[in-house]
Amino acid sequence: MTLPLSFVFFVLLGLSVYFYYHAKSGIVRKAALLSDRTKALPSHYGQQSFLWAFIPSFLILLVLTIGGPNYIDQIFYNKIQELNPTFNESFVSLILAKVINVSNGKISTGEENIIMLAKDYKIAFEQLHFYRGLVVILCAALLGMIISYRQKPGSNAREEVEKFIVNIFFASAVIAIFTTVAIILSLFFEALRFFNLYNFFDFIFGLHWAPNVAIRTDQVAAEGSFGMIPVLLGTLLISFIAMCVAIPIGLFSAIYLAEFATPKIRDFVKPTLEILAGIPTVVYGYFAALTAAPFFREIGFSLGLDVSSESAIAAGAVMGIMIIPFISSLSDDVIRAVPQSLRDGSMGLGATKAETIYIVILPAAIPGLIGAVLLAVSRAIGETMIVVMAAGLSANLTVNPLESVTTVTVQIVSLLTGDTEFDDIKTLSAFGLGLALFFFTLLLNIFALSISRRLAERYD
Amino acid sequence: MTSKFRTKKVEVSYGDKKAIRDISLDIEKNIITALIGPSGCGKSTFLRCLNRMNDVIENCSIKGSIHLDEQDIYGPDIDPVELRARVGMVFQKANPFPKSIFDNIAYGPRIHGLASNDSELKDIVHNSLEKAGLMDEVKDRLNDQATGLSGGQQQRICIARAIAVSPEVILMDEPCSALDPIATAKIEELMNELCESYTIIIVTHSMQQAARVSKKTAFFHLGDLIEYNDTDKIFTQPENQKTQDYITGRFG
Repeated sequence: MTLPLSFVFFVLLGLSVYFYYHAKSGIVRKAALLSDRTKALPSHYGQQSFLWAFIPSFLILLVLTIGGPNYIDQIFYNKIQELNPTFNESFVSLILAKVINVSNGKISTGEENIIMLAKDYKIAFEQLHFYRGLVVILCAALLGMIISYRQKPGSNAREEVEKFIVNIFFASAVIAIFTTVAIILSLFFEALRFFNLYNFFDFIFGLHWAPNVAIRTDQVAAEGSFGMIPVLLGTLLISFIAMCVAIPIGLFSAIYLAEFATPKIRDFVKPTLEILAGIPTVVYGYFAALTAAPFFREIGFSLGLDVSSESAIAAGAVMGIMIIPFISSLSDDVIRAVPQSLRDGSMGLGATKAETIYIVILPAAIPGLIGAVLLAVSRAIGETMIVVMAAGLSANLTVNPLESVTTVTVQIVSLLTGDTEFDDIKTLSAFGLGLALFFFTLLLNIFALSISRRLAERYD
Repeated sequence: MTSKFRTKKVEVSYGDKKAIRDISLDIEKNIITALIGPSGCGKSTFLRCLNRMNDVIENCSIKGSIHLDEQDIYGPDIDPVELRARVGMVFQKANPFPKSIFDNIAYGPRIHGLASNDSELKDIVHNSLEKAGLMDEVKDRLNDQATGLSGGQQQRICIARAIAVSPEVILMDEPCSALDPIATAKIEELMNELCESYTIIIVTHSMQQAARVSKKTAFFHLGDLIEYNDTDKIFTQPENQKTQDYITGRFG
């Protein structure tokens, strides 16, 4: 007899729902018998029963579904090893894989031993599924009955349910934090491996970036050089150009939308601007490489300047256009959140609209505006596709926007794509770059936060 | 008695909805005039016509004429921004800017260029706070946030802010509705002092307040001006039955 996962899950859900209604009507009956009032609403008792029946059993289901197969594999691994003590680890794994595939019917074989093992394996799995279903359903039924026995009109179902919900919120927050910490740690340890191979200070202060090392050990190649300054400078240059485009246009359009536009114009302009945010960055990349770059090149020629066909200015300008909706949309919301009473107060004193905006509204909106700009800067620093397509891969140490530069993210992509070994210095340098980028954006965040704290004008 | 404001057949509508109809009244100089009436009767709308604050509201249209010192304030040569410097306004909810106390008071003088140097500006700020009776309370913390003051103090900051521009008229839209009786008493006292040099028009829901502070009272009902007379008269022997009903608390 097999009990598939979906079947077990729906039985569990059905049982829990049953206990919900059972407890809900049960508590009313109990209260009537004792001619007492229930302490919480009947639905709270229902929810309590549902949680009791569902949550522990669901966790058991989860553990058995994820852990069970691993456990069986381990048993069979040991079994194979006992049968053939001479085999080494990888050969045992190979046989185990074969057993699993035969038991699934994916491949067939004539070897008696393997067919036997595969049969056992299949049986073990069926047993696992059977007992999993049994345990989960019994557990749900048992806990559901226990709780409905324990529920009295005076017992505090609401508190337990609400406590549980608070714990769910807490758990969600913890998951988010732990994931972040895990990402940072993994980045950190990989970067540490890189710094074992390459001097830390040569990396962060080095002026030369040339990660050309031999891909295979038998190849002849130059010694690689991993100074991140040119790459970081490229990121900064392109982000700076992008912000020069995005901040004025985004902020001014936000002021127009929030303060001057009639509702009709607003209803048209705001969604149109937000379309910009929906365009995939690859498309922006095309635009940068095929339209913007030649355009800047032409202008450069007519002014007698030598513009590289993959220039920082083309990538930066297009990136700026991409970021406009972030700034304009967020700033618009922030400006509109400034209370109307402040506008009235200013107007009532005979201030013009411009004075009101400049002296009252923008200062009051500053923290939000900085938040918007910060989000945009993070986008710019993290943006990869446009730069890959329009700014190139050559790590020039320059702040000339007309030359071709590369950025941290682009280098990470080019270091990690293709055939690479994961203990190679070239691959590991990507993690070094990643860590550097992480610290850089962290500093930026802290800096912006402190500015916005200092400038904040609180309105109530 | 000279008239400060002279309104003739003023009619305001928001879209198709008429908020006030046919309001003709003369407001005298250097006294307090109270506008009373139940909610939605149009008294605030009328008040906002007097310094053209309704201009910023969309689909709001105004007919009739309003003269300030014989000058049509809706005339083509009138800049509403200049008008609002002459006719200041204090709002129902105290709305100090989220800036320091000093900057709040200095806001008007700065934008209108009333002070040619810092010491003049300082004098204006100090005088305004003095006139608003706030100086003693805030003299040591002029650089503190105005939003940190109590509700009554915030409202007096707003009055001081309006005075700092040296307006001729101060419009007050229910300035005490969010304040406790002590803060209200202070503001009423302040209004009595101020009306020597300013014309004050106050919208209020409190009939006691109107009776206490104003010299003339206008009673509005459903967009119409029902009765306009000396406050004493209105509250002791009103001519109109509706006024009688309202002030005796029979409706509204």
